Amino acid sequence: MTRGFPILLALVLSIGITALAFETDGFRVVTSAGARQLSVERAPPTLPDARLVDQNGMPFTLSAYRGRAVLVDFIYTRCPTICGLLGDDLAHVLRLVEAKRSSEPIDLLSISFDPRNDDRKALRLYGERFGAEAPRWRIAAPIDAQELAGLLQSFGVIVIADGIGGFIHNDAVYVVDARGRLARILDPDAPAQLVAATLQVVAQ
Amino acid sequence: MSSRRLFAAASALWLVLWLPPIRGVLESDMALHMAVQVPLLISLGILLAATCRHEPRWLAEADWLGIPGIVAVMLGTSFWMLPRALDQAVSDPRIDLVKFLSLPLLVGMPLGVSWRRMPPLGRAFIWANFIPKLGAIGGLYLGAPTRLCAYYRLDQQELAGWTLIAVSVALAITWFVAAFVGWTPGAVKQHTALRDASAA
Repeated sequence: MTRGFPILLALVLSIGITALAFETDGFRVVTSAGARQLSVERAPPTLPDARLVDQNGMPFTLSAYRGRAVLVDFIYTRCPTICGLLGDDLAHVLRLVEAKRSSEPIDLLSISFDPRNDDRKALRLYGERFGAEAPRWRIAAPIDAQELAGLLQSFGVIVIADGIGGFIHNDAVYVVDARGRLARILDPDAPAQLVAATLQVVAQ
Repeated sequence: MSSRRLFAAASALWLVLWLPPIRGVLESDMALHMAVQVPLLISLGILLAATCRHEPRWLAEADWLGIPGIVAVMLGTSFWMLPRALDQAVSDPRIDLVKFLSLPLLVGMPLGVSWRRMPPLGRAFIWANFIPKLGAIGGLYLGAPTRLCAYYRLDQQELAGWTLIAVSVALAITWFVAAFVGWTPGAVKQHTALRDASAA
């Protein structure tokens, strides 16, 4: 053993542990979804405006929601799995919020990322499945591919092919605050916590 | 093989692995990414270590019993097992380049260089530590109800879990045989002879 040994060992340990701490945000997250959740909560990013069309064919922009909070999820109407659950979860959330008679009603917005299949009729049928009525709960599609790409990018939604003609995507509900910032990314499987966190954002 | 040839072979393999079509295929699946591409990149570094005939003396002395080297190996492999790191490697070519450089140079080379210096019991400790760890990570992947990587499907995650468990079991059997029986028929005879000699 030489004097070089403790120096080399300390160097290896400090570089390695720093890299691990950096990659896990201080040993708190191991997934990219977890890291994104944390970073959004710490510094809510301002969302760019986007133009969409709802299930009734009415055009609107994301900035139309300024001044009130809105819960957003990303779907495709042929989705056999999580989108159906997401729809049920959002419907559940809507009932919970209404039961609380919160002074600030919360709007819901489901955005389709499958322009090839989700025409106005498909969006309307999806909305009817969950009792969604615009403008309280819009089922919408971005007006073009560029607007869609911008939305996915700014919300941090990653869509991959499921190998059998459909898609796999983040199972999450996004809370946009009254200032148009992405304030929280929440787990739809826990509706009570979702409502609590949403009301907290509304109260801010 | 001469050092120069080994170095050329390692560099060629590195370039082939970096080619977008090959990289795309190996990173399109979680099991291929974790159980083929990453071990290949580490092996490249071990090859490179074999080409270094003249190690600087200060390094040979500072890498006492191979301890700093093997610590680097453990930290480096832990880093590239993080689901977030895999996601970033898939989505960002710059991070992928970091992976392509760090796995051979900061994991494979230290492994090749330091392994020679480690005492036999130290090597056994590393294997005994690594084999169950690999199996446990495989089990975690199988048990996880949600996707850990944004770029991989749940069924790919499951396959990656089974693959890691299979590799861990194969390594465990290999080391069991190596430790208890040995690889050649002569090894058993030698072992028996040694035992009899020490009993006498």
